[in-house]
Amino acid sequence: MILPPLLQLRHVSLSFRGINALSGLSFDVSKGQICALIGPNGAGKSSALNIINGVYRADSGDIVFDGQRFEQIHPLKAARLGIGRTFQHNALFRHMTVLDNVMAGLTRHSRATTIEYALRLPRARREQWVLRERALGMLDFLHIARHAGTIASTLPYGVQKRVDLARALVAQPKLVLLDEPLAGMNEDEKREMGGFIRRINRDLGTTVILIEHDMGVVMDLSDHVVVLDYGRKVGDGTPAEVRDDPEVIAAYLGTVH
Amino acid sequence: MSFFLETLVGGLLAGVMYSLVALGFVLIYKASRVFNFAQGSLLLFAALAFVTLTEHGVNLWLAGLITLALLILIALAIERAVLRPLTGRSDLTLFMATLGLSYVIEGVAQTVMGSDVHALDLGIPDVPMQVGPIQISVFDLTAAAISGVLVLALSLLFSRTRLGVSLRAVADDPLAAQSIGIKLDTVWSVVWAVAGFVGLVAGLLWGSRQGVQFSLSLVVLKALPVLIIGGFTSITGAIVGGLIVGASESLAELYLGPLIGGGLSAWFAYVLALAFLLVRPSGLFGERAIERV
Repeated sequence: MILPPLLQLRHVSLSFRGINALSGLSFDVSKGQICALIGPNGAGKSSALNIINGVYRADSGDIVFDGQRFEQIHPLKAARLGIGRTFQHNALFRHMTVLDNVMAGLTRHSRATTIEYALRLPRARREQWVLRERALGMLDFLHIARHAGTIASTLPYGVQKRVDLARALVAQPKLVLLDEPLAGMNEDEKREMGGFIRRINRDLGTTVILIEHDMGVVMDLSDHVVVLDYGRKVGDGTPAEVRDDPEVIAAYLGTVH
Repeated sequence: MSFFLETLVGGLLAGVMYSLVALGFVLIYKASRVFNFAQGSLLLFAALAFVTLTEHGVNLWLAGLITLALLILIALAIERAVLRPLTGRSDLTLFMATLGLSYVIEGVAQTVMGSDVHALDLGIPDVPMQVGPIQISVFDLTAAAISGVLVLALSLLFSRTRLGVSLRAVADDPLAAQSIGIKLDTVWSVVWAVAGFVGLVAGLLWGSRQGVQFSLSLVVLKALPVLIIGGFTSITGAIVGGLIVGASESLAELYLGPLIGGGLSAWFAYVLALAFLLVRPSGLFGERAIERV
């Protein structure tokens, strides 16, 4: 069954001081997919992610998300439209507790005013309770509820990655962008995180775009693979199609890194 | 003994006034990593505007309100017109921008309102009061109380509210904060407006203590050792740093002054800060910079 694309990149180009990071990149991501962006370092994977969530502005081309066309999506707008993301390098609010980190992900959903909060008025307290329950629910979903009260920076790397994921997911985005969610993990941690990504996709119905280097994980996890090399798309299809594509093999799989 | 106590208390109360100035820096530094050198000129501007208004017969409270409105407007304008376009530039660039701004603000303030020395009377009596065995200045006590309330209100704002959570989030990682829908613009505007308000309170208190004149903007230099000792990123640090500077200054003047001929309070805080820089460069409450190599 082919669902309408949730996200389309159309002829997106981006350059930094004359160096092309992306050249006319186009691809579609259907609702409910897990789509992997793969390619050698410097192929433009992170740039693509940064364009989808508005951190970078494309020089040309456009983005269609959920039926709306954009030349640039401002990061705030992206959050409002339901695009969440995690970061390759640790970007947690390191002085805050895990629970506060995840609750910060719900800031947009807060209605009570600052004065109501400062004075602990009923509406603020009720809202605080509701947001807290939602955040705790998400921590529970990712099996890190017991770390709720811990200061984020003191946790092991693998747990921090999950906190980052919880923060991105707590606002129930339609699409979540995961920048190397398995980087730096051992096999067990990778398997566990892979399981979470699958559950996010199946149980929460979130469409996922992820960047990953571990080909085993990519082939196992994703429905759709987009291969980049030097800012161009060199492959696009199911994992099996991509694996057998000679151009992909030449550009990426066949070369030794 | 009571003489020691009196000096200590007097020093601590003066220290609260230093904390107040340092607080303005901490707020902005926390949220946007800018060391806002123009904080001192904002202080001068506030005092000058207030004095000019009251000398023209405007009621104290009304003058306060008008000055507050002006100050918040200026603070917002600085954030919007000067610093936001420089987002992402080096710390030094931002610092230089605020340094330049401080000249602009001082220049404009003195062009418009004159450079005469004014007395500022808030109606708080500057008379000694007997508390147990020691005498305390009523003015110092009132000023410290006002500062205390302000600090308390600010820490409530930042610890209890979602706005506070947003501020701390932005302080830790602006990009991540934005990607989860925290409005950087709003957070920065609020912080600058609050810093403007703190500048007003500090300007009025310092102005009525020292007289309103150009040198008022130099109290920022007194905030520097406070920040170095307390740390640039901590509200608690600003308070404790101010208390340490105030108390040690007075005590040093009392006990070391006679030995080396006095005048210690002019430089003692800087020597103290220097010692802290050697032992604890990030200050008592500042975050230690950890560089991965």
